Amino acid sequence: MNPIIDGIQKAFQLIFSGDPTVYGVVYRSLFFCGVATILAALWGTPIAMLLGLREFRGKSIVKSVFNTLIGMPTVALGLILYLVFSKAGPMGFLGLLYTPGAIMLGEAVLVTPLIISIMTNAIEAVDPEMMNLARTLGASESQTSIAILKEAMNGVILGNIAGFNRAIAELGVALLVGGGILGTTDILTTDISLYTQRGDLGLAIAFAVILLLIVFAINLTIMLAKKARILLTFGRSPQ
Amino acid sequence: MATLVELKNLTKSFDNRTVLDDITLQIEEGEMLALLGPNGSGKTTLLKILAFLEKPSSGEVKFQGVTVTDKNAERMRLQSAMVFQRTMLFSTNVHNNVAFGLKMRKLPKNLIKEEVQNALNLVKLEGFEKRPAKKLSGGEQQRVALARALVLKTKLILLDEPTANLDPKNALIVEEVIATVNRELKTTIVMATHNMFQAKTLPHRIALINDGKITEVGAPAEIFGKLSKNLASFAAVDNTFTGTAKATTAGTTLVDIGNGVQIEVTVQRQGEASVFISPQDIILSKSAVESSARNVFKGRITEISDLGSLVKLKVDVGKSFTVQITKRSFSEMELNLNAEVYIAFKASSVQVL
Repeated sequence: MNPIIDGIQKAFQLIFSGDPTVYGVVYRSLFFCGVATILAALWGTPIAMLLGLREFRGKSIVKSVFNTLIGMPTVALGLILYLVFSKAGPMGFLGLLYTPGAIMLGEAVLVTPLIISIMTNAIEAVDPEMMNLARTLGASESQTSIAILKEAMNGVILGNIAGFNRAIAELGVALLVGGGILGTTDILTTDISLYTQRGDLGLAIAFAVILLLIVFAINLTIMLAKKARILLTFGRSPQ
Repeated sequence: MATLVELKNLTKSFDNRTVLDDITLQIEEGEMLALLGPNGSGKTTLLKILAFLEKPSSGEVKFQGVTVTDKNAERMRLQSAMVFQRTMLFSTNVHNNVAFGLKMRKLPKNLIKEEVQNALNLVKLEGFEKRPAKKLSGGEQQRVALARALVLKTKLILLDEPTANLDPKNALIVEEVIATVNRELKTTIVMATHNMFQAKTLPHRIALINDGKITEVGAPAEIFGKLSKNLASFAAVDNTFTGTAKATTAGTTLVDIGNGVQIEVTVQRQGEASVFISPQDIILSKSAVESSARNVFKGRITEISDLGSLVKLKVDVGKSFTVQITKRSFSEMELNLNAEVYIAFKASSVQVL
């Protein structure tokens, strides 16, 4: 038998049989990357609002630094974070290396520049006079910023989807700081790499198919949710 | 009447460019004041200072006797609301747009609903609550923007060219609403305009503003009654011309505005005179049409600007006239830049200032 066809067959068997190992890996991938995206959004949003709404010296330099960091090779970042988290490193005392915490933090750091850049662009695209509009209607400075962020909502959502996609699809950081320990820190990408090297093509293909399905399904769901949200906003009765 | 706002020796510069120069002005409670001046004369900047959105470079702004500072500007803003020339709406429905300021003021939901309904009724948009605001026509959008400011019932409303981009029907609704609010709620209104006709009919007082300076303040009858050199200097205001008037044998008056253009008017006048023709009153045709219009001139289209449902054209007949026509007429007549056209208007539609 052809090992590739064999692998594909085995992949679908694993997916549809509800194999606990496979679903454990899927769960970990979604969970780690979800938390990482939320973390990145939490610290990325205020930075994007600062970059998008305020004028200060060196702003363009900060923006180009973030833009450059988007293209950071994941293996390089993985190595840097490995050194930071390793025992001799500055954050070694936390004992995070090869734990889920390290993956989540690492992925969050990885996707932060992407989320910040997309959100900053979206905020900058909002008519600057909108700030004066919110102010004249009685909004405080923080309420004004929130009103502008709402106007940039499409870009905010897009930034977070892009961030999540980058996190779930990358290998370098997860492998170097997580170690791919089976059942603890292995996720879809680390397992694809591991099983391909071992020659277990069935498992590798199964994980690859699932990864592609997840990326596709999440994008589709968020797209539909976004549509529904717009309908909700416009269709909501004026209560 | 008590003074609501007092501006003292106010100056505003952006990057060494003086936009407002030594403005001193008092705005009385309950009055409607028009800032009349050509584009770029500083009207919008003055309105933004009155809305406490811009800080003057020097001079003083007092609102109800209290000097406006960096510290109290945010609180002072709750007393005024500005409607911008370019209509800006939040990407949500009409209700949420109009409710924005009330939510900022933390009013209870049922009260917000009631107030929003009242405001929409006022601008003749009842039942529009759930409609996506950005999908409305240009005129309706501007009325939503007006309702959003009026719903706050602030002491002071600032309007920047509220009808500049509107078709006549929407412009009339907006003018009516402005007059009603001023008359019935005693809201003080400051309105920037370069529309002579609006300035003549709507406000109690007019402040002429040119090159960042207020050159004259007075009642419309006063400003338009005497031949105001300041007013006439607004050549930048559409269709305002100054010339020499002389009587005709037919009992009308001919005003020679130069470059061989003579305008016939029904008012008796001798000597220097300024005339104004509303862009809506001018009929545009591709060939000379026999009609009762006493003023017919041949010229070329020198400028075309899109105003949504309307198209604004500049026609050079020796002097440049602004003509407003519907987009439909514009496309049906297959007009383009440099096309030869005729403009016509009745002697009675010429206003002699």
